[in-house]
Amino acid sequence: MQGLEKLMLERATALLQSGEVDRVIGWKRGESYYDNSPATFTKDNLEGFVYNGFCGANLSKYLVAESKKEGKMLVFLKPCDTYSFNQLLSEHRIEREKFHVIGIGCNGHLDINKVYAEGVEGILSMTEDEDNLIVETVYGEKRVEKEKVLLVKCETCKSKEFAVADETLVVGEMKPAKSNRFDVVKELEAMTEEQRYAFWKAQLSKCIRCNACRNVCPACTCINCVFDNNASGIAGKANSDEFEEKLYHIVRAYHVAGRCTDCGECSRVCPQNIPLHLINRKFIKDINENYGEYQAGAEVNARNPLVNYTKTDVEASEVVDGGDK
Amino acid sequence: MLKISLANVNKLYDAISAEYPLYLPVEKAGEVNYSYYEEGAKVRLDVLKTVKSPKDCFFPQSENLMKFKVEGQKIELIDVREEAKPFVIMGVRACDFKAFDVLDRVFLVDPLDTYYQTKREAGIIITHACGKVEESCFCKSFGIDPVNPLGDVTVWTDSESLYWRANSEKGEALTKKLSSLFTSDNGERVAEQQAKVNEIYAKLPLAGLTTESFSNGDMMELFNSDKWQKLSEACLGCGTCTFVCPTCQCFDIREFVTNSGVTRFRCWDSCMCSDFTKTAGGQPRTTQMQRYRQRFMHKLVYFPKNNEGVYSCVGCGRCVKKCPQGLNIVKVIKEFGGKQDA
Amino acid sequence: MQEIEKKEKKPLIVAFCCNWCSYAGADLAGSSRLSYPAEVKIIKVPCSCRVNPIFILKAFQRGADGVILCGCHPGDCHYSEGNYRTRRRMGLLFSMLNYLGIEKERTRIEWVSAAEGAKFSAVMNDFAKTINELGENRRLEDLRCKD
Repeated sequence: MQGLEKLMLERATALLQSGEVDRVIGWKRGESYYDNSPATFTKDNLEGFVYNGFCGANLSKYLVAESKKEGKMLVFLKPCDTYSFNQLLSEHRIEREKFHVIGIGCNGHLDINKVYAEGVEGILSMTEDEDNLIVETVYGEKRVEKEKVLLVKCETCKSKEFAVADETLVVGEMKPAKSNRFDVVKELEAMTEEQRYAFWKAQLSKCIRCNACRNVCPACTCINCVFDNNASGIAGKANSDEFEEKLYHIVRAYHVAGRCTDCGECSRVCPQNIPLHLINRKFIKDINENYGEYQAGAEVNARNPLVNYTKTDVEASEVVDGGDK
Repeated sequence: MLKISLANVNKLYDAISAEYPLYLPVEKAGEVNYSYYEEGAKVRLDVLKTVKSPKDCFFPQSENLMKFKVEGQKIELIDVREEAKPFVIMGVRACDFKAFDVLDRVFLVDPLDTYYQTKREAGIIITHACGKVEESCFCKSFGIDPVNPLGDVTVWTDSESLYWRANSEKGEALTKKLSSLFTSDNGERVAEQQAKVNEIYAKLPLAGLTTESFSNGDMMELFNSDKWQKLSEACLGCGTCTFVCPTCQCFDIREFVTNSGVTRFRCWDSCMCSDFTKTAGGQPRTTQMQRYRQRFMHKLVYFPKNNEGVYSCVGCGRCVKKCPQGLNIVKVIKEFGGKQDA
Repeated sequence: MQEIEKKEKKPLIVAFCCNWCSYAGADLAGSSRLSYPAEVKIIKVPCSCRVNPIFILKAFQRGADGVILCGCHPGDCHYSEGNYRTRRRMGLLFSMLNYLGIEKERTRIEWVSAAEGAKFSAVMNDFAKTINELGENRRLEDLRCKD
């Protein structure tokens, strides 16, 4: 990881020095090893530039605002983030010529909460090697296997392909993508209606309507969201009723159906750890099974299945009865 | 000091809830939040930081204020306030307890917030001293003692027992009702634990954090600092930090049209949201930087200026743990020169 | 009085009907003296694809126990392709509602042409029977509305 960080920093410095790009977006070192934040850098200030196991944030969403600024920007995208970039291009939210994209190798990013769940307390500092996180704590050194503390989105890594990149930086070999991303959706489909209702009721009742899932989503780029628009008639601000939780989460996921690249940011940011990606993935699975395999962001300007149709589409009731029920 | 074995602690919950409605940290769908105690509830007194803070019990995220019934030309106003019934809230940590003081300074001054007041007066608070501390804790920076909180009753827990001390009349009265459950204790184990926790706290990364630069700093200089731009850069404008915060007190008043009338309710609002402070006349804060600055200036500068130096941050560390993009008040304090002795 | 009303409360069904086929089908059912249940409330829309998922959710919020969407037969849309789009959209929405545990019988989509008064009547009778058997909508209700 440190090798890659060094390469990234070298490329960023070179591109800034040569004037090919004016700004860089990457991650900035936090107060601790694990609280890095997305940040922009300039030629004079590359201080704090970091790339380690805790850079799970998808930078694509920030490009919507960056695209409106003057000049060219260097952006570092992990394989799954490149799909979001393409999707934003397809939706004309960003301009391609304003960005120099460097695809960077990724072996999954880590979730600090899972590190805590492994019984690690009182963290003072961390380092990582290929497979392990070595944590210095007030109670002594602890080693945690990285595979055990992956972000939920990385547990089911969908792709190691760069959907877009002007150049790539990969150190060593990336572990292959996984094919298990619909497993939990299938489990839910196999439940009875009562069980599914109980599952989602328990999960969604935790929602505090902080809107982090919406604000982080690279597909949520409306200038004024229907939930912030008082004239929409559904602009609830807090969950005051079970219905409102469902309304919000159905509409949120439905609005990005066919555009969601399954980057998993919604689940990563949820303060209550609601598995929001399972809602989005149900849409993706239904689309794949009924209207043909489709991966949003794999190609620029591909036709979104929800604004498309064939004359021989299955009837709605067959979609409802389909899946792994 | 009294004590009860942890093996029997469910009996204590049952006994309290037989007298009063009981709220305490309960795990549901994997997350721990304050919740109404029912038999079989998965009580997690051990958890240091519930996701939402206990302010929910006095200042709920969503609360009905009044209702209107409309019939033809007639509009009837319905008062939905109920008479205060005592309830118990158990497991409140020192930081969260201090946060009630911050909320009191907002809601219990003129004009009095009767909705808050009713619940506040009815609540019997059982605080829970910290038997461990996390690296995101910095309550001592705000003069809070994590191992010796007050409240009506204070409890300590170790691996074997729960220790109980009544601090107020309300607490004494409650203790009397439960006295058959307890045996007496000399407090040695508690003192041992307190010393241990203090020792660990001193070793943690945020132990030396101070807020002097804010109490001594010039308000306009802080306000106009160009550091805010960089600090707020990654902010998504979500409400996570404000909704998990034990001291954030802003709310919005909204109306919901039912099938036969209107319900007026209030719900938490967040200064991070784009429609906060939006009025018919416009929006004074147009950028996320301004919103971000407002949050921290309020906590660290404006609030103490109006409240004898009391900060409206209690160092619970929830925002440190929960911000999706790793932004938090600690980074702000340090950027403006908050010292780090440890 | 209210007590009696409550006891006799019949399920409420909202039927979104497209202007060109299904609404005309309802008209034909009426002029042919074919009955359909009184609990079915028709909302006329220009085309079935005018129906936003929020319409369906709001119908449930406001007390509907079942929602049915009627449009022209595929291929016969007045706007050429509206109902093809409806078919995909509602396929995903209804599937999602069921995924969240809402009874799948509560939502339905039917193609009814202007000439199919008898079909309209049969569909509505059948749907009302289904909803009657299912009972009140509890899983997608908004308790605040009932105040």
